[in-house]
Amino acid sequence: MSKPVLFVLQALVAVIAIAIWWLVTQTPILGDPSRLQFFFSTPGDVARQIIAWFSTGEIWYHLWITLVEATLAFVIGAFAALVLGFWLARRPKLAAVFDPYVKAANSLPRVVLAPIFTLWFGLGIWSKVALGFTLVFFIVFFNVYQGVKEVNRTVLQNARMLGMNERQLLRHVYLPSALTWVFSSLHVSIGFAVVGAVVGEYLGSAAGLGYLIAQAEGMFDIAGVFAGMFVLSAFVLIIDWLVTLAERRLLVWRPDNQSQH
Amino acid sequence: MESAIQLKSVDISFAVHGAKPFRAVAGADLNVAKGEFVAIVGPTGSGKSTLLNAAAGLLKPSAGRVELGGQELSGLNRSAGYLFQADALMPWKTARDNVAISLEINGVPRREALARADEWLVKVGLRGFGDRYPHMLSGGQRKRVAMAQVLIRDPEILLMDEPFGPLDAQTRLIMGDLLLDLWQQDRKAVMFVTHDLEEAISLSDRVVILSTGPDARIIGDFPIPLERPRDVSEIKLTPEFQTLHRDIWHLLKEQVLKAYGYNSEKRA
Ligand SMILES: Nc1ncnc2c1ncn2[C@@H]1O[C@H](COP(=O)(O)OP(=O)(O)O)[C@@H](O)[C@H]1O
Ligand SMILES: [Mg+2]
Repeated sequence: MSKPVLFVLQALVAVIAIAIWWLVTQTPILGDPSRLQFFFSTPGDVARQIIAWFSTGEIWYHLWITLVEATLAFVIGAFAALVLGFWLARRPKLAAVFDPYVKAANSLPRVVLAPIFTLWFGLGIWSKVALGFTLVFFIVFFNVYQGVKEVNRTVLQNARMLGMNERQLLRHVYLPSALTWVFSSLHVSIGFAVVGAVVGEYLGSAAGLGYLIAQAEGMFDIAGVFAGMFVLSAFVLIIDWLVTLAERRLLVWRPDNQSQH
Repeated sequence: MESAIQLKSVDISFAVHGAKPFRAVAGADLNVAKGEFVAIVGPTGSGKSTLLNAAAGLLKPSAGRVELGGQELSGLNRSAGYLFQADALMPWKTARDNVAISLEINGVPRREALARADEWLVKVGLRGFGDRYPHMLSGGQRKRVAMAQVLIRDPEILLMDEPFGPLDAQTRLIMGDLLLDLWQQDRKAVMFVTHDLEEAISLSDRVVILSTGPDARIIGDFPIPLERPRDVSEIKLTPEFQTLHRDIWHLLKEQVLKAYGYNSEKRA
């Protein structure tokens, strides 16, 4: 499929979905529109809300807060996971000892941690960063661990024979190998950083997209809820697109990243 | 002749889970002189790679010793360059960086390392391929990069484990010529492992035959008095080559059959 055709088809999906939404909430084909409007708002109301947010500039502040939280969660989580993953992967015995605890910690639903984090870090951004951290950390950690374990044996022996010391092996062999695994999970881990931030805001805060949605919900402002969700989706799409661009730059050496003509 | 590397009664055993250790190589004695090109030939699984790994210091002999100029080897063999059978280039580095890294890790400034890497890429016939990643190169081209990567360090001993094994017949001949060309310029001691007797004879000064494992031993040692410089594809047509090939094949054939489960004595 050519690019323009794909784009047109993708846009068509949105147009049709919005058209159905409009028909259902503005015309009596599925029953009383005013009743349905209570549950689904209308495309017009949601659009007006979004335009109002952007024209007053109010939304930028909230987007900025969510972006900061997600970024911090990702950077701190990925960094900690990189260091710890490396450290444990090179020490199999220690890794075996900690194995059940790592798995247990990862199996915890993060939502239950939110109140604890609020207690520990307050209502500001840091409790949201902490929540995002717990999500990002484990994904990156497992990938780094795997990446270090699965370093190609021949590549490693060859590097040794060329005369690399431990530090050089880390830099030229282990780290690049681990980073490929990290990059391949970048979409997931960055997505989770945003999820952590938004859920944290939703459960208790004074700013951010999650806060906007929670606010609207509290006042049964269904247009506000939908508008918040749309802005959030667009926000995630843009970030995802940036990640794809970064990925293309960083993984040029991979066979499956080859651009095909 | 002064010895470059010597294996003295080397045994190599592998621990096997739930069984007694598997002795792959037993009592291997081999002396490679400085400047000598020795080919080691044996059926698959006879312990050729194992022997080479012991010479590289990647494996420790369970008995016997490896000596470099009379000094016992402990740990990795720093004076050896090892060309592996499998792809060993770092896939995340370009051809140029893969070659330059050999110098960089030994303290050569990056600029100079890159310049010399480019010279080496030209020597192995890869002018203009420096910016390619390994996956964008053919098998033969990757081997050339690997050769440049190993040779740029100027190692005193070259260990090669079926380096041209996965390549097609024509490419192997071309790579053989390239190898001899480079080797001719400053003769290093070479241990060249192969299962291909023709390749062994056409490249080396001496062919050593390894018996079928376990407990593989060196059972034959043939000097190859063919004139140098050689042309790898032409030399096979000479009568001297064919006589040598017949004599050595006579011994090797028995081992190859054994490796595939035949026993020539029982059948006779
Ligand atoms: N790590 C290992 N553990 C157990 N057995 C091994 C190991 N490596 C090699 N062997 C055995 O040692 C023998 C020689 O192997 P190898 O040196 O790779 O053979 P070649 O290179 O001649 O084909 C084989 O029988 C193989 O199964
Ligand atoms: Mg082998």
